[in-house]
Amino acid sequence: MKTSGLVVLAGNPNTGKSTVFNALTGLKQHTGNWPGKTVELKKGSFRHQGCTCQVVDLPGTYSLRAASPEEETTRDFLRLEKPDLVVVVADATCLERSLHLALQVLQLTPQVILCLNLMDEARRRRLRLDPAKLEQELGIPVVPTAAVRGEGLDMLKDAIVQMIQGQLHPQPQTVSVQEGEAAPVLYRRAEEIAQLVVQGPREPTASFTARLDALILSPRWGIPIMLTLLAAVLWLTMAGAGYPSRLLAEAFGCGERALSRLLTTLGFPLWLHDPLVFGLYRGLTWVVAVMLPPMAIFFPLFTLLEDFGLLPRIAFNLDRMFQRAGAHGKQALTMAMGFGCNAAGVVAARIIDSPRERLVAILTNNLVPCNGRFPLLIIVGAMAGSGAVPQLPRALAAVLVVGAALVVSVLATFLVSRLLTATILRGETSFFVLELPPYRVPQVGAVLVRSFLDRTLAVLWRAVLVAAPCGLLTWILTNVHMGEASLLAYLAQALAPLGRAMGLDGMILLAFVLGLPANETVLPILLMGYLSANALLEVQDAAALQGILLANGWTWLTALNFIIFAMFHWPCATTLLTVKKEAGGRWALLAALLPTLWGMALCLLLTKIVKLWVM
Amino acid sequence: MTLADLKQGQRAVVERVQAQGILGQRLLDLGLVPGTPVQAQFVGRGGSPVAYYVRGSLLALRRTTAAQVVVTKEEDWQ
Repeated sequence: MKTSGLVVLAGNPNTGKSTVFNALTGLKQHTGNWPGKTVELKKGSFRHQGCTCQVVDLPGTYSLRAASPEEETTRDFLRLEKPDLVVVVADATCLERSLHLALQVLQLTPQVILCLNLMDEARRRRLRLDPAKLEQELGIPVVPTAAVRGEGLDMLKDAIVQMIQGQLHPQPQTVSVQEGEAAPVLYRRAEEIAQLVVQGPREPTASFTARLDALILSPRWGIPIMLTLLAAVLWLTMAGAGYPSRLLAEAFGCGERALSRLLTTLGFPLWLHDPLVFGLYRGLTWVVAVMLPPMAIFFPLFTLLEDFGLLPRIAFNLDRMFQRAGAHGKQALTMAMGFGCNAAGVVAARIIDSPRERLVAILTNNLVPCNGRFPLLIIVGAMAGSGAVPQLPRALAAVLVVGAALVVSVLATFLVSRLLTATILRGETSFFVLELPPYRVPQVGAVLVRSFLDRTLAVLWRAVLVAAPCGLLTWILTNVHMGEASLLAYLAQALAPLGRAMGLDGMILLAFVLGLPANETVLPILLMGYLSANALLEVQDAAALQGILLANGWTWLTALNFIIFAMFHWPCATTLLTVKKEAGGRWALLAALLPTLWGMALCLLLTKIVKLWVM
Repeated sequence: MTLADLKQGQRAVVERVQAQGILGQRLLDLGLVPGTPVQAQFVGRGGSPVAYYVRGSLLALRRTTAAQVVVTKEEDWQ
């Protein structure tokens, strides 16, 4: 009797396939690429009744015709890897479409179990299904489940093990079709089966989803609701991250003293101790302390909204504008993700099938500020706003400047997308079909764990890789002196002419260069440069900060140019590495050049105009 | 008449998909085969995209894509 087997999960998107996969395998899973394919496969395993089952979660797909990477991967995997059995995860509320896929899988192999998932949603929609009848019609085992509640999963495992061990003998009734006529014929058969098996109302017009959609998809309320939600998510992220960031910084401070004592005890000389502790360690821990808390808040919030089903609605509401820019409608989602983290936004561009439109989404993602750049905008925004209009209260000035920055960044996304699609990335706009699945209560626990593992840690790891060497470099620049001044001062001097033309100064430009690992470090580096301090430091008090900036010749124009450049310059190192991984080195270079040139042009222009006008 | 001509709340039956290639395939795979009843449910600003009920699911199509699906009024369909 076999004691192990390979099981694959196949199914339409939005059938709860991932939930079934998670419920089967728990946290024993990892993602990997199948050789030569770009589509990622999730793999995991479970043990049941003495049998070890490897489970592979294939990407969600509507057919096996190999018209998209998902379809191709699914079909090739079934043909070449020859799994012991296929579990087709079907949507009980949309049975015909699921059966259309199941019938195609049955043409490749008889070893199929139909997992009739979302039975709870079907009950809520007053649909009555007859699994026994369905089993009879298809000739394969059918297991009704509600994976979110854990219903039916033991039965599913039983069936899987029994089929691996040869105790179940599926005798499917296949439908023979000509290649060109496949879909209509298969759908006719799917309809026949569904008519025998499902009873109840066809369209869910009176459901909770339909009522909520009438509001969220309405031309009047859709965009205001989305903007409010975005503002709420960003506010929660910013407000919630402050305290844990301080705690982390304090803990790392203790660690720094301990490390320093240890190195001293071990007899490390000062020239080795200082760069290791004040350069490497401090640079690294600084980036972790400022990046981890906001990401650990933003990503779960974003994933909750994703699980609830809001993201395709955002794409629906913004599609018209992206269509005008010649871009893909799903770019709305990568842009929304970019507000949290541009690196994650770049990864999210995988949802766009067409390589051309995916590149547009990747190259423009950095034009929206991630939450690492919001502190820059808020602190300096208050200064610019109240400097230009002294009557304005600081808080209001910050809100106005940040709000304006958001609008400008979204407009810049459309503009640069249009520019790209009219020049180097010209081509036909690909079609896209957006499925709007019913709203679903997110599984909070799973969301927290998965968003932390999949997104937060992945992004943090790439940040750490760059932060350590950059911390070291910054320390060397500030502490190695040539004659009177440090290397840092010389570099700032070299950048000064360009900085002044842009209405900034050399030290500001240098701070952006050295802030490559994380935008959060730009202000601390800038202060370090202005105060000629020899290690990273932070000024807590906004008024003291403003004093330092004013003492170094800042005006409201400097502040405004700083904001423009903070929004539009090269992406952080994490994002650049991600672009390189997703699209290649040449495109990463362009992803750096594009926003930098755009930001420089804006600063030069603004400075020129203001100087002409004032003089 | 095509899907793009349906007003909010109007129902029709798919006659055929005009699009060729991948787009045509995808529309068929999503269930827009001849004889399928559809209903235009939510219309975006400026008339695109539009979300349709198709076989129990809600699918949003851009106007240009919807114009590729020829439909007949429900009462005229045999």
